[in-house]
Amino acid sequence: MKTKTPDKAVSPTPAVDRRQFLRVSAIAGGGVLLATYIEPFTNAGARLSGAPKPAADFQPNAYIRITPDGTITIIAKNPEIGQGIKTMLPMLIADELDADWSKVKVEQGRLDTVNYMRQVAGGSTATPTNWTPMRQVGAAARAMLVTAAAQTWGVPESELTTSMGTVIHKGSNRRIGYGELSTKAASVTAPELASVKLKDPKDFTIIGKGVPGVDNHSIVTGKPLYGIDVTMPGMLYAVFEKSPVFAAKVKTANIEEIKKELGVKHAFVVDGGTQLAGLLGGVAIVADNWWNAKAARAKLKVTWEEHPTAQQSSASIATQAAALSKKPPMRTLRKDGDTEAAFGSAAKVVEATYFYPFISHAPLEPQNCTASFKDGKLEIWAPSQTPEGGRGMCAQTLGIKDTDITINLTRAGGGFGRRLNNDYMVEAAWIAKQVGAPVKLLWTREDDIQHDFYRPAGYHYLKGAVDASGKLVAWKNHFVSFGDPEKMAAPPVQGAVPFAASAGISGAEFPARFVPNFALETSVMPLGVPTGALRAPGSNGIAFATQSFIDELAAAAGKDPLQFRLDLLANTPIQDPPPANAPPGQQPIVFEASRMRGVLELVREKSGWGRGTLPKGTGRGVAFHWSHRGYFAEVVQATVAKDGTIKVDKVWVAGDIGSQVINPLNAENQVQGSVLDGIAEALGQEITIEGGKTVQANFNNFPLLRMRQSAPVEVHFKITEFPPTGLGEPALPPVVPALCSAIAMATGKRVRSLPLSKADLKWA
Amino acid sequence: MTFTFKVNGKSTTVDVAPDMPLLWVLRDVLDLKGTKFGCGIGQCGACTVHVKGTPTRSCRLPVSRAAGAEITTIEGLSADGNHPVQKAWEAVDVPQCGYCQAGQIMTAAALLARNSNPSDADIDTAMNGNICRCGTYLRIRDAIHKAAATSATDGGGANRSRRSGDGN
Repeated sequence: MKTKTPDKAVSPTPAVDRRQFLRVSAIAGGGVLLATYIEPFTNAGARLSGAPKPAADFQPNAYIRITPDGTITIIAKNPEIGQGIKTMLPMLIADELDADWSKVKVEQGRLDTVNYMRQVAGGSTATPTNWTPMRQVGAAARAMLVTAAAQTWGVPESELTTSMGTVIHKGSNRRIGYGELSTKAASVTAPELASVKLKDPKDFTIIGKGVPGVDNHSIVTGKPLYGIDVTMPGMLYAVFEKSPVFAAKVKTANIEEIKKELGVKHAFVVDGGTQLAGLLGGVAIVADNWWNAKAARAKLKVTWEEHPTAQQSSASIATQAAALSKKPPMRTLRKDGDTEAAFGSAAKVVEATYFYPFISHAPLEPQNCTASFKDGKLEIWAPSQTPEGGRGMCAQTLGIKDTDITINLTRAGGGFGRRLNNDYMVEAAWIAKQVGAPVKLLWTREDDIQHDFYRPAGYHYLKGAVDASGKLVAWKNHFVSFGDPEKMAAPPVQGAVPFAASAGISGAEFPARFVPNFALETSVMPLGVPTGALRAPGSNGIAFATQSFIDELAAAAGKDPLQFRLDLLANTPIQDPPPANAPPGQQPIVFEASRMRGVLELVREKSGWGRGTLPKGTGRGVAFHWSHRGYFAEVVQATVAKDGTIKVDKVWVAGDIGSQVINPLNAENQVQGSVLDGIAEALGQEITIEGGKTVQANFNNFPLLRMRQSAPVEVHFKITEFPPTGLGEPALPPVVPALCSAIAMATGKRVRSLPLSKADLKWA
Repeated sequence: MTFTFKVNGKSTTVDVAPDMPLLWVLRDVLDLKGTKFGCGIGQCGACTVHVKGTPTRSCRLPVSRAAGAEITTIEGLSADGNHPVQKAWEAVDVPQCGYCQAGQIMTAAALLARNSNPSDADIDTAMNGNICRCGTYLRIRDAIHKAAATSATDGGGANRSRRSGDGN
């Protein structure tokens, strides 16, 4: 989980501290099973020193299973949360394998960090980190099948080709199916993964084609797929009530009365700890069905211990932020040139304060987890984005070993970053251990919205200046954000700001390097509200503030906002030295201005920017943002009625995610969804805190976007020579400022505080 | 208390608390997991089923009020996912996370049963109560148009659903 946009500072290449092997073994009934087996460094050390082979060497595991009947099963290792990974990773393997996609079966892998390494849905990282390794897995299997065919026919491998799950010898016009070769292939020595030859992209047969989601048929026919659908023999159903003031412990509860309610089997107090992301105090009610557990909960009378954050409110936070903005900043994250001198001599100086609120993730499937604890062993079925983190937390909280925990991954009904945390998992594990039966814990929507890890609010106190020629010459941002109270109380760490989770900013944030006089400063307030990464974390708020302010500066300069951006990106950037403490092989990923200019020019062309006139009340806005290695520029057209009602007319998107859009069908869906997500956030989403508690509770006061509000989103990709990167997040950030700039053009009103539903946009 | 109703054409009797919403009877008692829980207050539509052919929020319908009704869930919409709406959903590749889609499909099937050629405005009106958190609305709209076109040419699906759904 990211708190300081580390993906901008770390290369996609994982640290090479493990030895990678290919392993092949025959499987029962014939067939070949191929896995990349990653030997832990410590095991490798023991093995090389002559110690007996570690047990892990004998665990069979696989990405590919080919049975004699020709069935090819590919294991999808990462959690599927709607980003399409369960389709995309197997596509990479299947293409290099030269499989017939229509005959490929895809299975979800369980958590197995020995065989699969990283199994995470977060940070749009799966594409850059798996693009080569997954293709190597498929290519290695293909090479072994070719070897098996060469041995069968007694011909050189160089005379063989493969297509659609068959090996072909053109010279003798012979073909043999992979299934028929599977047993022989199991005896072939596996090639080194790093040495296998990968396809020339022009020869791809599956990559680059629009492939529908592998679970679509199950979804449209209502098959059980999700965490909430898990059932087990003898399973009980749990609800868990926690303090509305975060992390307060139970003082009293009418447990004995609750135990008498219909269907209730167990009711007990969980003491819990103090970590907001861990097991917190509360009351568990376990019943024969979920409705009975929930109905009993309505009779629960619980009083909570006093808690220091009970005085916290959105209003008090706003007052603190305003006070901090007037004081010298706590830290300076970056400083170039002399901003104060530049403000003194500039032609025009603009100052503005931007605010964005806390918001909730609200995935449509409420948090849930099924757990079974028996004979000291825990088994979990969870829709989690970070199952490995959940396993560690369960081990620590229950006092058991990682190796005594099995985690099965289910499809998740949305993630958006919410399921990077595993609070529901440790709650289910704890409750299951107490009751001695399998338990499905399911939160209500109210639990979900009131116990989220919110996108942190943020305050940007901005000052910028343009010279007489309209060039941006100075930029200063005092970013007032939130600190983690524990980190703030601890001795300061050199160079680190004690930001709360996901409340940070990088000193390299645009327009850093492109403005000669630049200062990024920050101050933090202690916060007792759980925060965490929400789709495009950091970026989803920062882009609103910085891109909106760039529009204000363009207006001051008398320039077209799109041309003003192109001019800014044409500046020669300040070259930063590489960070001294970067681990070997992990060089920072640097923003390439040319790629952003490319997408800006593409969106200008596709949207017809600057051509034609717009009716009164209609405006257009443009914005760009770089996050998660993706370059996105977007134009929004919106119409505001005289009464202030906003209608988004259309959005044009241009994105650069490198040389290959792996699954164009899903790519368009992800981009459209990201854009509509951003519009929903901008239009009406806000979480407020009063008396230390979250005010909003359900979709009646935390509105999600509806059909009527969804505008057409036209998606274009610019293909460049860079390696492919992820698409779960980077299309979201630009739409928020682009929409606000469209509204500013339509109404003459610049909105500097979200959500838009709080702004008075009436015009005459 | 016991309550008897028809689910997907089959007469069914359950013994549960009278205030238990139909959603939980379907999911936890009858093991029909296709109908989803999203909000519990009738705001999101993930729990949409047909009650006498009408799209209904099963999270807000106490089982006592469903007694005697004919109920169709996503599992009963067609024999093997061959309702034109289901087929269109697959062809257009509508789902992202997919969690809301059973509810979307049930609402869309009911729309097409009463309006075989809906306009965009008709679709917006009919579908506005079904939230898709992933934002697949543009494809939902496309898929409904596609399903309408398919039904018009093969004379099948959507009307079949009306007959089996509302029993009129």
